[in-house]
Amino acid sequence: MSNDTEQATKSSGGGRRVRRFTADMSAIAEPALWGFGGALAIGIILIVGFLFLISWNGAITFWPKPIAQVTLVDGTVIAGEPTRTSVYRVGDNILEGLSPAQRQEIDGDDGFASRTLYKTANFDLYGDDFRWVSDFEVKSIDYPKDYYLIERQQWGTFVGRVESLVIDGQSVPLSESVMAREQTLARDRFKQIRTLEQKRIGAVNHYIEQARLSARRAVLRYGEIDPRAQAEIAKTEADVAQYNKQFEALQAEVAAIRATDSKYRAILQEVGGRTVDLPLSQVVRFYPANDVSVFQKIKIYLSRWVEFVSTEPREANTQGGVLPAIFGTVTMTLMMVIVVAPFGVITALYLREYAKQGRLTSIVRISVNNLAGVPSIVYGVFGLGFFAYTLGGGIDALFYPERLPNPTFGTGGILWASLTLALLTVPVVIVATEEALSAVPRSMREGSLACGASKWQTIKYVILPKAFPGIMTGMILAMARGAGEVAPLMLVGVVKLAPAMPIDGFAPFIHLERSFMHLGFHIFDVGFQSRNSEAGKPMVFVTTLLLLALIVTMQSSAIYIRNRLKRKYAADKF
Amino acid sequence: MSEQSATESTQPTEANAETAGTSYHVKQSPQGTSLEVKDFSLWYGQSQALFDINMAIQKGMVTALIGPSGCGKSTLLRCINRMNDLVDDLRIDGQVQVGDFDIYGPGVDVIALRKRMGMVFQKPNPFAMSIYENVIYPLRVDGITQKRVLDETVERSLRSAALWDEVKDRLNESALGMSGGQQQRLCIARGIASDPEVLLMDEPCSALDPIATSKIEELIHDLREQYTIVIVTHNMQQAARVSDNVGFMYLGKLIEYGETEAMFVNPKRKQTADYITGRFG
Repeated sequence: MSNDTEQATKSSGGGRRVRRFTADMSAIAEPALWGFGGALAIGIILIVGFLFLISWNGAITFWPKPIAQVTLVDGTVIAGEPTRTSVYRVGDNILEGLSPAQRQEIDGDDGFASRTLYKTANFDLYGDDFRWVSDFEVKSIDYPKDYYLIERQQWGTFVGRVESLVIDGQSVPLSESVMAREQTLARDRFKQIRTLEQKRIGAVNHYIEQARLSARRAVLRYGEIDPRAQAEIAKTEADVAQYNKQFEALQAEVAAIRATDSKYRAILQEVGGRTVDLPLSQVVRFYPANDVSVFQKIKIYLSRWVEFVSTEPREANTQGGVLPAIFGTVTMTLMMVIVVAPFGVITALYLREYAKQGRLTSIVRISVNNLAGVPSIVYGVFGLGFFAYTLGGGIDALFYPERLPNPTFGTGGILWASLTLALLTVPVVIVATEEALSAVPRSMREGSLACGASKWQTIKYVILPKAFPGIMTGMILAMARGAGEVAPLMLVGVVKLAPAMPIDGFAPFIHLERSFMHLGFHIFDVGFQSRNSEAGKPMVFVTTLLLLALIVTMQSSAIYIRNRLKRKYAADKF
Repeated sequence: MSEQSATESTQPTEANAETAGTSYHVKQSPQGTSLEVKDFSLWYGQSQALFDINMAIQKGMVTALIGPSGCGKSTLLRCINRMNDLVDDLRIDGQVQVGDFDIYGPGVDVIALRKRMGMVFQKPNPFAMSIYENVIYPLRVDGITQKRVLDETVERSLRSAALWDEVKDRLNESALGMSGGQQQRLCIARGIASDPEVLLMDEPCSALDPIATSKIEELIHDLREQYTIVIVTHNMQQAARVSDNVGFMYLGKLIEYGETEAMFVNPKRKQTADYITGRFG
């Protein structure tokens, strides 16, 4: 059939131009599709690989590992959790000190040797948490069942045997059930002390500070010699005396509990024979690492996760939990959204619906788009200079003169951090909102205007509801950008360890001026700022996994809300 | 009058001088005229879109505007409720009067004016709201909140738009879930909800299938008693079926305006005859 057509074309074209019926290579995209698909595949592989790396490392961190007792050729014995192995080239200075048999072995491997990193723990005794052991040094490895891994409140983990227990002042031999029972009771006492110190003594301190500040306020207002100021000072002194009495009573209470506490101890012995006398209340968790069933391992694993998401950090953030950081991240992101949402939407509304579309509007629009490309640290500097120092300094001078020179709002805090991030993300919201607004069909606007609606009514009842899903998309993008941002936060309020959460039990309950912890900064701090980066490394993965999970959760809920609203107006045909 | 030639259409002013005045034989309404367009011209920037239009639209009757694409019939319709205000760089000359009220007079409240007129567009444009909210939208923007009034309006409007029986059980569902014909009837219900004097329809059936079209035509027929209807249409059969008077427009001019039957049977102008018989357009 194609032959017929070809002939027909030939005859009509006088035989000069022959029409071809196969497409030109340049006209079809199929060969190039390999390239397109390849690009997509590389992207997917990178993302999946990244997620796998994070998830795998994050997931295995809390899984209990066995403790190996390694006897070296030179007679030294060490004990620890094997962490990872690597191959390295043995240096000449090390080779010199080795026996001929060892040298031969290394030469046989072209000068390379394999080594294992053991987490020996016991930082208080060894001054280090980890030790590399080369394979050629090892004489034998075994896994004695009486080794315990003990997580302590301070000084990190202990690896060794439990020699004996001291229960109510009496020395008794080790019994795991007794130890478990007494450890639980001791932990309860520990928490009791915590509560006393943080809640009640904290409250007393808070009231003393308030009394001191009110006296200072009176002095600042009336002058020191004024009788009103004097009266206030006298009242404050009486109050403080009162509070001090309460303080001492509480201290006595704490001391009593501590006295009981000191009667319950564990005598621990590390592999080298040195002993450590540890109060049971300092034991966070303990288990015989080489003698636990899979079921118990799962229990330990889960309890570590619970601890991680629900407690405060210990040991310079390398142990314990990240609750304050989770709280800070979520609070800050939500505050940012609360600020950026109305601000961005109003701006976009004006730009798109009210402003005369001309040269000036396009300049503004281009500038807004370009703002999204400014390095985030610049926003941090601006936030510090403008929000914290200028605005916050002004607020301090006006409302908190009695606290000066200590800044209240005049330094980084969660409010300023949220505002800085809001500034950083507002271009995203503006651009998305503008696009959503311009996507509302003209016919809908005309329909509303023809009904006698004013422009504002049209925007309020017709355009905004229709544009809402698009605006939400912008908000989601802004949230993603804001929640993952760290650099500017380091300047405007994120700290390594926040003494108090931004929301607590003291009036006015929400303390927006307080500095806070953030998961992103936590990753940086644990991974690169801690005394022992090897000890912090697992926490980096776990925290990253948690941050990802948190962002995914926040995003999914936003997407869920958006889709619900979309469905509310959706065109589901009958 | 008999010497119509193709050259005339390129010389608008002369043509208008001839067609201007009140020499049209329209079917007179017992209620008098509703709208009066006087010497009305319109420019988009430099190009003139309407040339000295004069027409008196009869109250309580259906007036159709026909003509080829780009002849300015939609523009004229949209001038009646000042929808063209949204267009930048627009200039007009002349008057459009509703009774004694000049639509383009100084200090006219456009919003109040639009409340006196309902409008139905080419494509159904229900809002992203429930059916109920769509119908009462003109009342909502007027600040009316009494439930009783709103309920009555919904039922009356939807009954008038012959939609009540189909949707009375799902008034709170999204209007976007309806079929195209239902959506257009909903838009008509919305257009008449505030009981306007005039109902403007801009090719209301062009996006609909024949069955939906015939429903809308029946509806127009039923509504003619209550409202003055101005309908723009491409479809001459439709104009013949639904209208009392027809205006034929060509290149921005009103070429002929008269009683529907008379015009379709015996057009006075050659251009009209050519268009009606399908020789161009």
